[in-house]
Amino acid sequence: MNALIGQPVRRREDARLVVGRGQFTDDVQLPGMVYAVMVRSPHAHARIRGIDASRALGMPGVLAVFTGRDLEGVLGSVPTAWIPPNSDLKQTPHRPLAVDTVRYVGDAVAMVVAEDRYVARDAAEAVVVDYEPLPAVADVMAAVAEGAPLVHADAPGNIALHWKAGEVPDEVFARAEVVVRQRFRQQRLIPNPMEPRAAVAQYDSATGHLTVWMTSQNPHIHRFILAGILGIPEHHLRVVAQDVGGGFGSKISCYPDEALVAHAARVLRRPVKWVEDRSEHFTATTHGRDHVQEVELAGRRDGTIEALRVKAWANLGAYLSTAAPGVPTILFGLIVNGCYRIPQASTEVFGVYTHTTPVDAYRGAGRPEATYLIERMIDLFADAIGMDPVEVRRKNFVPRDQFPYTNPFGITYDSGDYERALQRALERIDYAALRREQAALRAQGRYLGIGFSTYVEMCGLGPSEVAGAVGFQGGLWEHATVRVHPSGKVQVFTGASPHGQGEETTFAQIVAEKLGVPFEDIEVVHGDTDRITMGWGTYGSRSLAVGGSALAVACQRLVEKGQRIAAHRLEAAVEDVVFEAGRYQVRGVPDRSLGFQEVALQAHLAWNLPPGVEPGMEASSAYNPSNFTFPFGTHVAVVEVDPATGAVELKRYVAVDDCGTPINPLIIAGQVHGGIVQGVGQALWEGAVYGEDGQLLTTSFLDYAMPKARFFPPIETEATVTPSPHNPLGVKGVGETGTIAATPAVVNAVIDALKPWNVRHLDMPLTPERVWRAIHGKGAQG
Amino acid sequence: MIPERFRYHRARSLDEALDLVAQAPGQARILAGGHSLIPLMKLRLAQPQWVIDVEEVAELRGIREEGEVLHIGAMTRYRELMTDPLVARDAPLLALAARRVGDLQVRNRGTVGGALCHADPAADLPAAALASDAELELRSRRGQRRVALGDFLQGPLTTDLKPDEVLVAIHVPRRPGWGVAYQKFPHPASGYAVVGVAAAIAAESGRVARVCLGVTGVGPRAYRAAASEERLVGTGLDPEVLRAASAVVTDGIAVNHDQFASAEYRRHLAATYAERALAAAWAAIQA
Repeated sequence: MNALIGQPVRRREDARLVVGRGQFTDDVQLPGMVYAVMVRSPHAHARIRGIDASRALGMPGVLAVFTGRDLEGVLGSVPTAWIPPNSDLKQTPHRPLAVDTVRYVGDAVAMVVAEDRYVARDAAEAVVVDYEPLPAVADVMAAVAEGAPLVHADAPGNIALHWKAGEVPDEVFARAEVVVRQRFRQQRLIPNPMEPRAAVAQYDSATGHLTVWMTSQNPHIHRFILAGILGIPEHHLRVVAQDVGGGFGSKISCYPDEALVAHAARVLRRPVKWVEDRSEHFTATTHGRDHVQEVELAGRRDGTIEALRVKAWANLGAYLSTAAPGVPTILFGLIVNGCYRIPQASTEVFGVYTHTTPVDAYRGAGRPEATYLIERMIDLFADAIGMDPVEVRRKNFVPRDQFPYTNPFGITYDSGDYERALQRALERIDYAALRREQAALRAQGRYLGIGFSTYVEMCGLGPSEVAGAVGFQGGLWEHATVRVHPSGKVQVFTGASPHGQGEETTFAQIVAEKLGVPFEDIEVVHGDTDRITMGWGTYGSRSLAVGGSALAVACQRLVEKGQRIAAHRLEAAVEDVVFEAGRYQVRGVPDRSLGFQEVALQAHLAWNLPPGVEPGMEASSAYNPSNFTFPFGTHVAVVEVDPATGAVELKRYVAVDDCGTPINPLIIAGQVHGGIVQGVGQALWEGAVYGEDGQLLTTSFLDYAMPKARFFPPIETEATVTPSPHNPLGVKGVGETGTIAATPAVVNAVIDALKPWNVRHLDMPLTPERVWRAIHGKGAQG
Repeated sequence: MIPERFRYHRARSLDEALDLVAQAPGQARILAGGHSLIPLMKLRLAQPQWVIDVEEVAELRGIREEGEVLHIGAMTRYRELMTDPLVARDAPLLALAARRVGDLQVRNRGTVGGALCHADPAADLPAAALASDAELELRSRRGQRRVALGDFLQGPLTTDLKPDEVLVAIHVPRRPGWGVAYQKFPHPASGYAVVGVAAAIAAESGRVARVCLGVTGVGPRAYRAAASEERLVGTGLDPEVLRAASAVVTDGIAVNHDQFASAEYRRHLAATYAERALAAAWAAIQA
């Protein structure tokens, strides 16, 4: 029972989820509930000449049609919550419903509310919007070109932000023995969690209280922002996110839709439900990535990297989403050196407005974009100097005795042993034998490729002081309350907001071990702003490192309180009582002990407490971490390319991840597998494509290729353990390692397979045609 | 993802189904497995006023020998094609293609008749049914007619099915001993064929006596690659002949192009997959 940390405990939430008993937002059924459907722009850029809702309003069962004009002065703008300093951020108003101008396909123009979903959907089609189409721009480089159509009049050149970190003088490159330059395109991705977004709002006209059930990764942040948009006091708003079916970052953002639904409930005095359908998700929910990067690396022929210079253009879409300005700057630009000791590095980023769906965090958020470029550059550099890419990595790793290591951007990596993870991976795949096999197969006309990615990520977001310094408009601490009831049963209230990460299990494991209480006696409560004191939510691989640490601190407070009570009851000095395996024991007197749960009962009864000890058994912690955490590892992909078709087959995948002290290896494996699958998805299949007119061309699962189980060999995982020195659990986080590591590993493998044809680089996704064209020297797709 | 309002009727017999489609010509759609029709309706790309479910129509079911042909009821599921012993013996190409259709759910629900009447230009079954010389049995209140599949398929989602007609069955010549293969390059998103080639070969004394090559995913409809077939008859299918015959597999076809595959690449894939399918079918005879 007690040694629960580190055990592969099965996820307790799965039982209800697999039998369909989860409580997702669309499961919320309220008496008198009505339904909302959004009318969305089919144009990327157009002037709204008029909206005629008369036919829709005349349809039986239609209650209301809201337009942007109706809401002027009623609902506030949807704000961004990240304002990077010295970035000249051009914040432009994002009205919940477009007024006068639509700026992307999917921009909401009106909301129809009706008695049922069917009527609402029919009525939405009956709303006639008179559009005057205007020139649009979707591509990030086209948007910064001279004369491009402007997305916002007050953002000249479509530049939303311009941000720089570090400085590398030109002389460094002029003097270098070797300079490698490459332009990379990080294609745009569509998050596609299993559950699309949804909201249900209920208004209590007696108290003025609004309850909003919604798909949220951070209910307290949503409450904070929604209260602002709705113009109501925060304590009149309750946000509930019970079960949430994945988010991958897309459910961090605050969108217009949830505010609109809440407003409709308030106006109509009826509960209102809105559920995004899958087609809608493709344009109405934030996308991820979408950079063009120009990268220069200076090094010596012996494999030493001397400098790195990055210039990137990040497509932010039509409006600034909640965390959007921070993703391609802070979360990307400060860690482009990866796990390498590069003496000089700089990043310059242009955030660019385009007539496309807003772009925000997507699993990894900035760090995959950084890791991809440095891991690709390592391979290009290795190729340029004729060195094995593994040796180049080894030569430039931050050595294990250099931690804490401060990188050229002032970020301090907590702990690491990059060499050990690499070594483990090399042994697992038997690198030397694999290279021999590759050579032998090439002689037979078969093309194997081996690709590495030795990554480090900046996770466990993060110290609140740093949040402030980098312009994040919130704190990044986390709150936990541990409440021990008189019976000894425990409820844990966490501000982390799991949406698939399994924290009902892992957090109970932590508490069970820390308090010595049976796992079954612990319930983890999350996702409700009325039940949870405060929280900053789940993203950036922070729940365990920050939320879990808050829990550990709260448990320690309870243990200490119990110790005073136990000592008093056992008539021993506090320092003579030890707490082990859930019992307070008088040192050296085996028959004098009390269990934690017995002590909890005494604390509640308060018949005989030591002086100065208050009754009850509850503790809270607002844990503010002192640094980020820096998980790392080595991933290896082995692919085979069919030169006749360009098809890439993933033959083998080995992942060695170090996420500090493991809490639950089963859940870690799940996170690693899922992340790898998503990361490989970016490398090989996924990619949102816009036409030049700003129409999204990949609008369904018929043409947007999500990874499928049959595309994968068994994923082989291993771990090394290098605890984080600065949190009480020693944990680092593992939610994003897969998407950060897998993408460059697979691309490096494919490029390695294409060596016989001297292919230097291909942009993602590495579709069969793209690979086939490279092999047959056919140039880009027409 | 919510269809327009429609009326649903479950027909209990073929007569009833024929009455229903005759009453609402052009306004009714037959619901077979539903895995193509329902998504189209949810996207409002199909908006039939009447949906006539033929789930319970016994006359549309069953696989049986009728002399030289195999009669396969229109409501035969992919799963039945994959597991039926008569199909395995006499028309195994249909089973091979069925195995590559969609996912488990689609194979459990989707039907032969649904696939052919829907006429998706990238569906698997039409290629195999064309290479099997399938003939369609169509009924209406006006009577019965038979039409070759090659004439029935007209374009993307377009067939010769008249508004008052119901597809009852397909008839395929029984061809035990032929070498068959279906080779498919699936789209990573949809699973539909970017290119799918069904090959069936009959051999006599080591030479190709007859060959049927059905191609899907490449043009506006599935088609028989006559130019390729002509070059193969009478040959020993040696590599040069195979390559030359495969190279003309898209002759005369307006080749599709989309985000995933340009026309040039698709043409190349078609030739590659024709070569692979023919070689596999040939190898199946030798085995």
